[in-house]
Amino acid sequence: MARLVKRNHWIIRVTHWVNLVAIVLMTGSGMRIFNAYPRFARPGEHFRLYRWEGHPIPDWLTFGGWLAGARHWHFAAMWLLVANAVVYLVFLFLHGEWRDLAPRRGDLRDAVEMVKFYLFVRRDHPHQGKHNALQKGAYFAMPILGAIIVLSGLAIWKPVTLGFITALFGNYKWARFVHFVAMVLLLLLALVHVFMVFAVDPYSLRSMITGWYDRTRSPEARNARPFYHLFARATAPDPPPERAAP
Amino acid sequence: MTIDRRRFLTVSAATLSSALFAACNSDPKSAHKLLALAERKNELLERGLFRHTEMDVVPASAKLAGNDFPKYFISERMPVWDTAANGAWRLEVSGAVRRPLSLSLDELTKLPSITQTVDHFCVEGWNARAAWTGVRVSDLARLAQITPDAHYVDFAGFDDGYHESWDLDSAMHPQTLVAYGMDGRMLGPAHGAPARVHSPVKLGYKNTKYLTKVVFLPARNGGYWSDQGYEWYGGT
Repeated sequence: MARLVKRNHWIIRVTHWVNLVAIVLMTGSGMRIFNAYPRFARPGEHFRLYRWEGHPIPDWLTFGGWLAGARHWHFAAMWLLVANAVVYLVFLFLHGEWRDLAPRRGDLRDAVEMVKFYLFVRRDHPHQGKHNALQKGAYFAMPILGAIIVLSGLAIWKPVTLGFITALFGNYKWARFVHFVAMVLLLLLALVHVFMVFAVDPYSLRSMITGWYDRTRSPEARNARPFYHLFARATAPDPPPERAAP
Repeated sequence: MTIDRRRFLTVSAATLSSALFAACNSDPKSAHKLLALAERKNELLERGLFRHTEMDVVPASAKLAGNDFPKYFISERMPVWDTAANGAWRLEVSGAVRRPLSLSLDELTKLPSITQTVDHFCVEGWNARAAWTGVRVSDLARLAQITPDAHYVDFAGFDDGYHESWDLDSAMHPQTLVAYGMDGRMLGPAHGAPARVHSPVKLGYKNTKYLTKVVFLPARNGGYWSDQGYEWYGGT
């Protein structure tokens, strides 16, 4: 069986890196906008769900310079984010790749096994297809968080003209809070994703640049945990098959 | 077709990463043209979506901001109309109108008025509720008989030259008022006395306080914050 497989279609690869640019621009400018009023309570009110009321986000994490500049970046880059997401999702649907991410029965059990493996409770890497169960969950959650972010973003951009969207979140204040929390969750997932790429499967970088993936270097073949067996190569002659190349 | 795939990918990756690098390091001013284009296109979309039937609805049980309603002006000291120096305050409605108006506060308050509890959306991200009493700008426009070439309105006040111009459509929204009352009392100097523009359909900075002039115009006329880089449209 072939050692190298074509793992990622060029549309997936391009939208992945464009998404990186869009998310950096959107979160950076968004946090700069947040810093103009770094709290969720209305003037004179209290908001108990946010512990850091009144504490701005460090400047080095923000982008756009000042409130007006950051708003311009935010309202321009949002089109890049949305257009790119539409291309990705339409491709995912038409090309059948959604099957790699759609939750299935047994995913929860497989995810528990992955956690056990990472915590050294289990000795061998659980069997997996293209993604392990934890990855699958993360990659499935990302577009959902993205949809929540876009919807709550519309709700606070146009709270009167698109007031029916704002009403979905309760009111303006809650829509702003949801927009923020969903952004933080997406950023956390993205940071864990980047950490795992370098700590567990740096070989997947190649598959997101050229598309090719060396299956003898897969985490399952290397029995790899974060920082364990990073440079090992599988001894088994036939690594488990991945999905057929398109 | 013979595409050197590896080379193509290398070049694409290099282009993309250098674009990313440029975006992070270069002076963002080089992107200003693109941002200005996005602002124009966004404004077209926002004006296309705008409806007079889409209103800001605040639940009856909502708590009003009251004394916590933020107070804001650009002058060094809180602007107060100086009757001794300037004579009695009057509101001038002029420009592209057949019948220019000059209203005393007494005359303004005798016009048909409404009282509405609505949000005030600040560009900073907060919103605050208050009950505003005033005359709809659409009623003033009718009284002054605006002409067909009135497409914009400039609202100017005595707060150190503060003004902001609006598209006519937003000004004619039924929730856009020349307000002289707040929470059941006459407007205080902290909130723009004797009269100010108030509407939930525009961000706070578009709502000129300490109002003296409503000028209907064929073209837009910028504004205090719009000229400094905030979106001119500033719609909600």
